[in-house]
Amino acid sequence: MKSDIKLIDDNGKRLDGRGPEDIRPIKIEASVLHRADGSCYLEWGGNKVLVAVYGPREAIPRHSQNPLRAIVNARYNMAAFSVEDRKRPGPDRRSREISKVISEALEKVILLEQFPRAAIDVNIEVLDAEAGTRCAGLTAAGVALVDAGIPMTDIPASCAAGKIDGHVVADLGKEEDNFGDADLPIAISPRTGEILLLQMDGHLTLDEFNKALDLAVKGCHMVSEIQKKAILDKYQPALEEK
Amino acid sequence: MTVVPIIKRDHICKLAEQGKRIDGRKFDEYRKIEIETGVANKAEGSARVKIGYTQVIAGVKMDVGEPYSDSPDSGVMTTAAELIPMASPDFEAGPPRANAIELARVVDRGIRESKVIEVDKLCIEPGEKVWIVFIDIHILDYDGNLFDAASLAALAALSTANVPAKRFELGDDYPLPLKEPPISCTSVKFNNVVVIDPSLDEEEIADARLTVATDTNGDIRAMQKGLNGSFTREEIQKVIKASIDNGREIRKQLYKNIGK
Repeated sequence: MKSDIKLIDDNGKRLDGRGPEDIRPIKIEASVLHRADGSCYLEWGGNKVLVAVYGPREAIPRHSQNPLRAIVNARYNMAAFSVEDRKRPGPDRRSREISKVISEALEKVILLEQFPRAAIDVNIEVLDAEAGTRCAGLTAAGVALVDAGIPMTDIPASCAAGKIDGHVVADLGKEEDNFGDADLPIAISPRTGEILLLQMDGHLTLDEFNKALDLAVKGCHMVSEIQKKAILDKYQPALEEK
Repeated sequence: MTVVPIIKRDHICKLAEQGKRIDGRKFDEYRKIEIETGVANKAEGSARVKIGYTQVIAGVKMDVGEPYSDSPDSGVMTTAAELIPMASPDFEAGPPRANAIELARVVDRGIRESKVIEVDKLCIEPGEKVWIVFIDIHILDYDGNLFDAASLAALAALSTANVPAKRFELGDDYPLPLKEPPISCTSVKFNNVVVIDPSLDEEEIADARLTVATDTNGDIRAMQKGLNGSFTREEIQKVIKASIDNGREIRKQLYKNIGK
């Protein structure tokens, strides 16, 4: 859908005043839930996401078990009140797809072989949605998995880039997502730079794609620093006491 | 019953004989309550309520729709509760089961029957168009006493809700018309001991449960007994008294948090 609103002004500033490479403010807090094995609360611009991790525990139903490794069940769920028009509760096709790509991204970094026949359940609840919820969910899931003490090769970090009014920019906001030309959410393993998740819709030339990918990777690294800080904030005091 | 709950039950009952509870509270002592409003910006009104470790979030959304044919000039309200797998290792995904339905219906009744929402003021065109109020409750962390947490969260969310008239081109937004709400307090009984605001450990071994909703005058507005145990008259008197006393404190806190 095309519209008349101008997403980027003559000075290269975006609707919310950001420059092309800036990502929205992110706040992360680890270990916020009592019952869960690991949890994380994350705010990313207008997004609010809560993640709870359970496991490793016996995979149920039994036929879902893998005798050689653990399975990861991410469950992305939007609260009915998280969007402008009330969303019908329960999974729809969109949230099933997002759950699947997030599960697969997480399986790449978790040391699954250590837990045969087990399941690691990652529940992602979107409380407020404003473009980029899958990146927010995956980023929070990374921190929650650390909080749960799940062995991983790295903490996955996620960020999107896209194209608005012909310019390639990082981390699309709400209007930019609705009226922009392309959206490219990715997730990486920041230590190795491996790409764990990549989706794209819209229209990008090869040059634009490369530029967008660079911006998204850069965004992921910024996100990664915030993740690490959140984990240190939670655990550093306990470590220093010892 | 498996082994662990039996051991736990013995432990909790032994403590109770010495006048103690597993988390160190007195029998008539409520856990600490925290209420935070405006937690979801897309909702017309929202609130997060914590009772001890139990954590619940409620959001109110509104839409324009058709009234029921038996009340053509009243708005409509619906309440849904989701026991999402996030909240407990025992909750599973999927359509709501009996527990979630009971919870939603008890909260719904508390609001509907005491006419907290002034539905007669939510009519746009009699018989054609009225406001529909959706109350959605998500359980985030389950450590007992969902009934009180869910109804308190629903009330706090409603109290901060604005009717989104502008979005539907029906004039300016205005606060959702509400009356004084009754406050629910739940007690459980096990081994002939009655305790208020049960934690999960206590709820799991409880023989009987009683929820009492009281209003500003200390009158009783709703009661619901659950589980297969029984109460004596004296116990019921005691529960009602505790519910009135605690209800008064909870109401004060609710008003403080919604700026009333």
